Amino acid sequence: MPSVDLSEVKLRDLNAALHRLPEDTNETHWSILNPGGKHSIACGVDLPVTIEVAGHVGYYCGGMNCRATIIIDGNAGAGVAENMMSGEVHVKGDASQSAGATGRGGLLVIDGNASARCGISMKGIDIVVKGSIGSMSAFMAQSGNLVVLGNAGEALGDSIYEARLFVRGSVASLGADCVEKEMGREDRAALDAVLGRADITDVSANDFKLYGSARRLYHFHVDNADAY
Amino acid sequence: MCGIAGLFLKRSSLEPQLGSMLSRMLTVLSDRGPDSAGFAIYGRGTDDLVKLTLRLPAGSEASDAIIATAEQFELKPPAFHANHVVVSVPAARLEAVQSLIRRSPALSGVEIVGSGTRMEIYKDVGLPGDVARRFDLAQMSGTHAVGHTRMATESAVTTKGAHPFSTGVDQCLVHNGSLSNHNGVRRSLQREGLSFETDNDSEVAAGYLTWRMREGASLKEALTQSLKDLDGFYTFVVGTESGFAVLRDPVACKPALMAETDDYVAFGSEYRALAELPGIASARVFEPEPATVYAWERN
Repeated sequence: MPSVDLSEVKLRDLNAALHRLPEDTNETHWSILNPGGKHSIACGVDLPVTIEVAGHVGYYCGGMNCRATIIIDGNAGAGVAENMMSGEVHVKGDASQSAGATGRGGLLVIDGNASARCGISMKGIDIVVKGSIGSMSAFMAQSGNLVVLGNAGEALGDSIYEARLFVRGSVASLGADCVEKEMGREDRAALDAVLGRADITDVSANDFKLYGSARRLYHFHVDNADAY
Repeated sequence: MCGIAGLFLKRSSLEPQLGSMLSRMLTVLSDRGPDSAGFAIYGRGTDDLVKLTLRLPAGSEASDAIIATAEQFELKPPAFHANHVVVSVPAARLEAVQSLIRRSPALSGVEIVGSGTRMEIYKDVGLPGDVARRFDLAQMSGTHAVGHTRMATESAVTTKGAHPFSTGVDQCLVHNGSLSNHNGVRRSLQREGLSFETDNDSEVAAGYLTWRMREGASLKEALTQSLKDLDGFYTFVVGTESGFAVLRDPVACKPALMAETDDYVAFGSEYRALAELPGIASARVFEPEPATVYAWERN
């Protein structure tokens, strides 16, 4: 198993080595030591390898991830797994702002809390936060599922399009055009599937409420014609 | 951008290392603010003496004039640190000395950076690591300290625009962000008798807290009131003679991370700044909540 100590190896050299791996590589399990909060660790990986990071990471860890499984044994700075395409990023501690921002696919699991703007502009990613999320989360969320076992901060789902937001605890307030919705069979199946992929078995889908778009904001209404 | 570093020690064992800890934090934060840097450090005080931190103009003979002034007032020999000098003045003669510094032609260009029974304050343009070395920060000891690395966005790269800002005895503030209503707040504070050295928005935030505390508020109360009166985006870290506090704006625009152990509370704009602190692996690392005042007070 390749082991890279970031107190000795340059971050660019690590990321370049990950990008150079051939499709049939045998180096499928990487260990990264002493991340020291450095930014952009394991960004842009495009192979089904597992990368374990022992410690806290800075901004954008696992950004643009494609197919890789990235496990962070610590906290993550802003923009963890931003624009993830597929694969999985697992943060064992807390995540800072904009976790999973603009993500198009894959699964982001955060064992602790995520701060403001979690899932901002998410476009298909599934995000599971076992703790609570901060304000303005899922702002302009377009598709995908955000599952929160704890509470949500103010202005959840402001200007939301078609993502599903499942929250088990309280919601401080809903943003513009975000409403509580009845959980239909498809919604429940989606929630069960995400909980299953995140290996969460001790929580019932019945305990969640579903929030989504009232669809008043992004559909043109003829009554507003004079405003243009 | 801009970077902030802060340390508040809960136990005395780390006091001799305070300067070296802060120095490493500031050096790491160079990426966030390469234009200028500054720090305030709270060391041991002497009863009845107030430390005046002064900045000398470049290439002048002001240092001789400072030594002469100290002799004239029978003060302890001034302590020189690069272009700054700390003069210890009996509290009763503070006003006389300050007034002389402002008026004496021999001391023309000398700026009063701050004053405090325990606080010394240093700031200059240049890379943060170079600024820390210039003032020999690593050799300084104390109980708490705040530091700042500045990326100038809205006013010039000058020493006057460098943080921390001090508008009251033993009080200092560093700020990452930008206030939108500082001109109005400055005018109201001027009516309350405060004066300002710069047009900088951060100095207004410092002045606001000075005014609130002058009116009887605790540091925590003053910061809570600032949530109502200061508009814009900000992360503040504030030091007083015995206190240390942190506040982020309600939208949490600017990054902030804290670490707490049995020995210290540390603040860093990013985790990288905290990564080398002793015992960090077992510290409680958390992101301060928006619009929430975090304050610590020495017993």
